[in-house]
Amino acid sequence: MLGKLSWAAVPFDQPIPMAASAVVGCLILGVLIWVVVKGRLPYLWNEWITSVDHKRIGVMYCLLAMVMLLRGFTDAIMMRSQQALAFQAPGYLPPEHYDQIFSAHGTLMIFFVAMPFVIGLMNFAVPLQLGIRDVAFPTLNSVGFWLTASGALLVNISLVIGEFSRATWLPYPPLSELAYSPGVGVDYYCWAIQISGIGTLISGVNLVTTVLKMHAPGMTYMRMPMFCWTTLAANLLIVAAFPILTATLAMLLLDRYLGFHFFTNEAGGNMMMFVNLIWAWGHPEVYILILPAFGIYSEVISTFSGKPLFGYRSMVIATMAICILAFMVWLHHFFTMGAGADVNGFFGIMTTIIAVPTGVKIFNWLFTMFAGRVVFSTALLWSLGFMITFVVGGMTGVLLAVPPADFVLHNSLFLVAHFHNVLIGGVLFGCFAGYNYWFPKAFGFRLHEGLGKAAFWCWTIGFYVAFMPLYVLGLEGMTRRMQHYDVPAWRPWLLIAALGAVIILVGIILQIVQLVASIRHREDLRDDTGDPWNGRSLEWATASPPPVFNFAVLPSVSGSDTYWDLKQRAIQQPAPSPEPDYNSVEMPRNSPTGFICAFFATMMGFALIWHIWWMAGVAIAGAFATFVVFAWRDRDDYIIPVETVARIDRENRASRTRALGRLGTAQ
Amino acid sequence: MSATHADHQGHAARSPGGGMPSKRIIVGYGFWIFLLSDIIMFSAFFASYAVLSDATAGGPTGQQLFDLTNVGIETMCLLLSSFTCGLASIGAQRKNSAIFQTAMAATFVLGAVFVSLEIREFAGLAAQGAGPTRSAFLTAFFTLVGCHGLHVTGGLMWLLTMMAQVLAKGYRPDILRRVMCFSLFWHALDIIWVALFSVVYLIGAGQ
Repeated sequence: MLGKLSWAAVPFDQPIPMAASAVVGCLILGVLIWVVVKGRLPYLWNEWITSVDHKRIGVMYCLLAMVMLLRGFTDAIMMRSQQALAFQAPGYLPPEHYDQIFSAHGTLMIFFVAMPFVIGLMNFAVPLQLGIRDVAFPTLNSVGFWLTASGALLVNISLVIGEFSRATWLPYPPLSELAYSPGVGVDYYCWAIQISGIGTLISGVNLVTTVLKMHAPGMTYMRMPMFCWTTLAANLLIVAAFPILTATLAMLLLDRYLGFHFFTNEAGGNMMMFVNLIWAWGHPEVYILILPAFGIYSEVISTFSGKPLFGYRSMVIATMAICILAFMVWLHHFFTMGAGADVNGFFGIMTTIIAVPTGVKIFNWLFTMFAGRVVFSTALLWSLGFMITFVVGGMTGVLLAVPPADFVLHNSLFLVAHFHNVLIGGVLFGCFAGYNYWFPKAFGFRLHEGLGKAAFWCWTIGFYVAFMPLYVLGLEGMTRRMQHYDVPAWRPWLLIAALGAVIILVGIILQIVQLVASIRHREDLRDDTGDPWNGRSLEWATASPPPVFNFAVLPSVSGSDTYWDLKQRAIQQPAPSPEPDYNSVEMPRNSPTGFICAFFATMMGFALIWHIWWMAGVAIAGAFATFVVFAWRDRDDYIIPVETVARIDRENRASRTRALGRLGTAQ
Repeated sequence: MSATHADHQGHAARSPGGGMPSKRIIVGYGFWIFLLSDIIMFSAFFASYAVLSDATAGGPTGQQLFDLTNVGIETMCLLLSSFTCGLASIGAQRKNSAIFQTAMAATFVLGAVFVSLEIREFAGLAAQGAGPTRSAFLTAFFTLVGCHGLHVTGGLMWLLTMMAQVLAKGYRPDILRRVMCFSLFWHALDIIWVALFSVVYLIGAGQ
């Protein structure tokens, strides 16, 4: 009846997961009760859960990422403290638990922190920057988000029911095959990633179509803000790479469920094929994450330097070059496979070549700041921290790209230090910069700058204290994923690294305080102009938060930095522009399709993990029925009457005119 | 979406000051992107087949197993179904239910014959001890061909849904867009089958 599921699946004997899940369970229950008691459930359902508004979906993606960051960071600090304690001692985490923790840490941080964070920011900002009212496929967008959330839920369910994978964040066979991982951990991993991967693919198709096909009048490709370009590149990579991940994990699942022989030791299976396939997705994946971050830095640096982006065309070319090169370097993740000197040499050279377009970008950002009127806001600090940190990480990457050096350093903590150097210093800093930069656009008030800056310094210092020792440890020969060790020379470095993790923890706490304090003091931080940073692109041309239709009249674009030009003209000729001709606006109706699909997807994943076949059948039938019902709808949009559009836009224009007046007198 | 679509005839919609393409263009474009991603997924299965095609582990090879007559009939069915699917598109454009429904029904029958022939082939292989668990070669073979077969099966379900939708709701712009996506999907499966027929069956039987 319930397949492999029984009470034995709940780890009653292990205090750490039980306590953690009890706390989280109480938290969730508390929030739910609060929502119901306060009567906010209809609001939550109508305005958020069923919303197909790209801004709301973007915010929910970012929220998911931040919550998962807390979980992923908890895993991180547990690993750091375990390694600090486990010198000639067992530490406090038994090996089978420790292995689950590092597997969950990597899985969560890549798939459920970095991915939703960048996708959320792209979803939120790109349609506004393009001057349009929504993405190409709003309901699919909601489906994509909820499937991602469904994957995250499955990973977290594994904390209480059963176990998570012990086969690292990329489940290499033969370890991940049924013979060596007979438990449900790898199945949790695979189904969570399959479900959220489909969500990511949907989001990729949606954003590629949006950027390539939907623009405000006059918004040609070469007038798009840089973030739109990097979004295009990242989503092209999603469309081209995620199907490979889906296929690869499908093969692993077939091995595990039906006794196939893709990657097994026996019957001719080829486990190196898994490694090739997974990195054919995995390397583009790192560019899927970093390219949107590059876009955010471009926006932030240009805005806070008060200058157009230096070398816009070269930036576009560099972005698209990285997009192509991303698919030609995957083998550098396993130089030690034994492909031979020629193959390794080719991939080593291709890898070093990627440093060229990346270097172009760094110099462009520096020249954008050069002779600019630089405002050292929180978002700009994150960008500066990125430039320095990322260059260090990039250089260690070029070191690792040299095959002979890689033979010495692979699988060591040097590698761990390298990719955290680029992922934290590149992707995460970019997400935080974007979070501080677009928060006022999303909610109408700024985040507290002082607390934001304090969080930045804790994160940056904490990062260097936590990860520079790992470079040393890697050179001293310490391999990654060690549950305990006996080398006295490693101990001090691991203690320093643990201290670094604590400093980062302070940074995270400061970020939470920043959010809470900003909400409490939102009236002091209110931005009624819609343009708190003296911005340059179209998202600042509408109110904060933008009305559901973004723009009452689609803006007309005649150059890059559209809104900046508009403001300059308005300052020179203070005569108020004539009121546009308003029309009624059609917007897509909200739909619970995404939420219901994700419900059935979670049910299907859970059923398949525990071999509850009837439940899986019910879930698949339910998902299909949902689609048919959705396809049967007769109306998918509603009309906002012209009076409402005009009223909302007149308020926006009034506050904007006041703001322009202030700006004019200030200059 | 393009908040201001006025494309109830399917031609370009213009927002008041706008340069936005019609919903038909956007939907078709997005669906093409999806199809490309689907083809990339198939290419991963093709790659795995190429890697494992010699890994027979002492078991039967493609030359011993493949029955080109059966595959030939399958191919004919699928190619013909692409033709009837094209007829259905013309029927939908002309809003002619006689053509549309007949052509869709013919497409369904041809697709169903294809799937049943494939199931029969699979069952026959399994019965002679050449199931997917026998060797890595057969694993890759069953997965690649089966993945295509699953796509065709899904396409058949979609086909029935579209017939029902046209019957119930007529040739509304949104229904027509879906018919267009369905036919793109169906033709893409044909393209994949051509590659599959050549790479798996022709080369396999010739070796």
